[in-house]
Amino acid sequence: MNSNKKQVLFVVMALVVLGLSVAIYKNVSLGFPFFPGESALIWDVEAKVTFKAEDGPAMVSLAMPEPGGHYSILDSTHATPGYGFRSVEHDGVERVEWTRRTASGQQNLYYKIKVQDSLPETAVSPGVGVSDDNERVAGATLYFPELEGAYRVAADNLIDTIRAQSSDDLSFASLLISSLNETKSRPNAAFLNDLLSSHNSVTRYTRVDLIMKLLQDAGLPVRKVRGVMLENSRRNQPLVDMVEVLTGKDWHMLNPQSGAEGMPKNFMPWQRGGVSLLDITGGHNSRITFSALSRSVPVSELAVTAARHSRAALVDFSLYSLPIEEQNAYRYILLVPIGTLIVVLMRILVGLKTSGTFMPVLISLAFLQTRLLPGVVIFVSIVSIGLWIRFVLSRLNLLLVARISSVVIVVIGIMAGMSVLSYKMGIQQSMSVTFFPMIILAWTIERMSILWEEEGPMDVLISGGGSLLVAVLSYVAMTNRFIEHLTFNFPELLLCVLGFTLLLGQYTGYRLLELRRFRPMVED
Amino acid sequence: MFLSSLFERRRSLRDRGVLGMNQRNNAYIGRYNDRAKFPVVDNKVTSKKLAIEAGVAVPKLLHIIRTQYEIFALRPELEQLDEFVIKPAKGSGGKGILVITGREGNEWVKASGSRVTFDDIERHISNTLGGLYSLGGNSDIAMIEGLIKADPVFNRFSFEGVPDIRTIVFQGYPVMAMMRLATRSSDGKANLHQGAVGVGLDLATGKSLKAVQFDRQVNHHPDTGHSFADLSIPHWRRLLELSSACFDMTGLGYLGVDIVLDRIHGPLILELNARPGLAIQIANGQGLLPRLKTIEGLPKTHALATERVDYAQVTFSEHEPAWIPAQKSELETA
Repeated sequence: MNSNKKQVLFVVMALVVLGLSVAIYKNVSLGFPFFPGESALIWDVEAKVTFKAEDGPAMVSLAMPEPGGHYSILDSTHATPGYGFRSVEHDGVERVEWTRRTASGQQNLYYKIKVQDSLPETAVSPGVGVSDDNERVAGATLYFPELEGAYRVAADNLIDTIRAQSSDDLSFASLLISSLNETKSRPNAAFLNDLLSSHNSVTRYTRVDLIMKLLQDAGLPVRKVRGVMLENSRRNQPLVDMVEVLTGKDWHMLNPQSGAEGMPKNFMPWQRGGVSLLDITGGHNSRITFSALSRSVPVSELAVTAARHSRAALVDFSLYSLPIEEQNAYRYILLVPIGTLIVVLMRILVGLKTSGTFMPVLISLAFLQTRLLPGVVIFVSIVSIGLWIRFVLSRLNLLLVARISSVVIVVIGIMAGMSVLSYKMGIQQSMSVTFFPMIILAWTIERMSILWEEEGPMDVLISGGGSLLVAVLSYVAMTNRFIEHLTFNFPELLLCVLGFTLLLGQYTGYRLLELRRFRPMVED
Repeated sequence: MFLSSLFERRRSLRDRGVLGMNQRNNAYIGRYNDRAKFPVVDNKVTSKKLAIEAGVAVPKLLHIIRTQYEIFALRPELEQLDEFVIKPAKGSGGKGILVITGREGNEWVKASGSRVTFDDIERHISNTLGGLYSLGGNSDIAMIEGLIKADPVFNRFSFEGVPDIRTIVFQGYPVMAMMRLATRSSDGKANLHQGAVGVGLDLATGKSLKAVQFDRQVNHHPDTGHSFADLSIPHWRRLLELSSACFDMTGLGYLGVDIVLDRIHGPLILELNARPGLAIQIANGQGLLPRLKTIEGLPKTHALATERVDYAQVTFSEHEPAWIPAQKSELETA
């Protein structure tokens, strides 16, 4: 027994020392910061091109993000085994090209750029107003199918009305876009909105096309800007379209949904005007999606880190070398050990009862998506409605697998019902109910109802409350900025967590709640 | 302030030798109970067969039903029985137990007094085989046992249900025992945290030491009003030997043995538990640790159940031992 304890202690020491020394090495030599605060934000933006090759030579040409804007590109990398790669300049636009003699089947090409959020002062104006006469021409020659008949009349009416209500070109454009949302008060706008629905027999317009057509008809030079929304942990998102109008000397960006003026804070323009984004020869079904991930890099060592990163000889200990999609997944996965550590602490040191050992961790992962309060409300309501349904089901004398399947179906029904109901009531958060693991919920309901039958409602309350408490605690731990920073930037610290868990596995002392349980034994 | 009182309590619990859940799992169940032997105890059919082989007294096994079609063949057999109990082999918490206490024409009478036909029994067994009562939902086996008729000695102390005696057997030595009595608030169940009364028993005599309900000391049964002071278990010695023999039978070092006293057959093993709970300490007002340590400190454990019971009765006696068994002196000289 003693040698066993010594062995565990030795392993624990080894794990902790290893984890800590790698972390310290990364901090001292590679310049990874221990604290999330002391750093600058840089974004990894990854473009993923997928297409089906036609068993022949394939050429993929992707437009590079334009210079300008408030994001500056630090570095770019590409991951495309088997392809030749080069960057070319074509009509003043920088493009990257992948080529291959024979390609067949599904192809995935990755192109990753690192961008840094520049000084916020420069963000106000795109600052490309003067030097783009050629683009102005490109904007003017944009062709949209003509509006005809009643649509023409409605468009003219709308343009006239809005022109009367606006003070200058910019406010006109902004008002025109927002008027398209006011389908109730503006019959002309409602009529034009018809063009957007797919069943319309006339040429189909997208909303952006329609806006640009209207602005063009009103005599304003317009162009389309396509870009990426830099939002953390968003995966596989398509490009977002914005509209720019030329008033006076400057291009002004407008949000085609709301009409809001100016570039959205986290919008990174990728391509402007008529330049084609993606050209593929020798393939079809092409698709381009973007993922973005922010991370912090110490300001002073930004350049150093970037330099190290590009030099492949230096071993990179981090997960940054993975494609961003996977990195985003690991952001969550790496938090799971923190959750399990909380479970271990609560069960071994405190003695809380939970229904299902690691169910609380899964619930808290769902809380990460829903935020805490809506998450708790959703969880409690699904489980209580589910329990009630389960009682009805138990009268039918069903076998277990059939019973749980029925509960799963009912849980999905409840989730859908909640989403629709709360959306109608204007509560957006409950849409995220889909993040709850429904099979786990169904099992939880099943276990709780068995507990109810065998031990009574009190025990259900105790184990349900225990699960919820543990879930909330691990949510709090997981959302802690410092912990999140450490787990993602120093995954080797998991070795320390592992060591601590091993140590807890050896704990034979009393649990906190046992001190209360056995109180009668010391009081008499 | 709060923290220091917690540490204070922790120390006094430790002084009393109270065994905690972590220590039970890590130092006793983990070390003395071989995982591979758990299924024997968790399945009532296998543990019962083992008991019959070992010659340990159990309620009579009448039938085992493994497949649906065996149910039809069962009819002529059941027709001859007036009293029996149907149990799922892997059931938990008393679920799926059907108790038949009598016969009226073509119908059987349940313990509650309601009637069932053969079709009802057939459906019950069919559900059992399908896994309705086993917690994992796995398919199960149904077994039919002879009915236990509780020894009338306990009628004064029990509200419904058959009272049972739980003994913790450590490496074959009975180390602590308690009787569990159903009450109205426990709904006829012998589960302590639901309000059943736990009565700590002196290993030497089988007499009551202390009784608790909801972890608080009680002197009288809350429903029958009878004082626990004069509760004494008949066939005590035999009961302990039976418990001790379960160690040889299962090979589990840390074992909970549940025994019922039948009016005719005396002590019968009802169930074995490889993870017995800790409430027995509260019912006895005693920690388990000193006793477990005593056994662990033995240079060599005794080979025979009777020897181990002798040792336990003398060593773990709460009252002054009224008598010293003859074997005792032989043991000490040996």
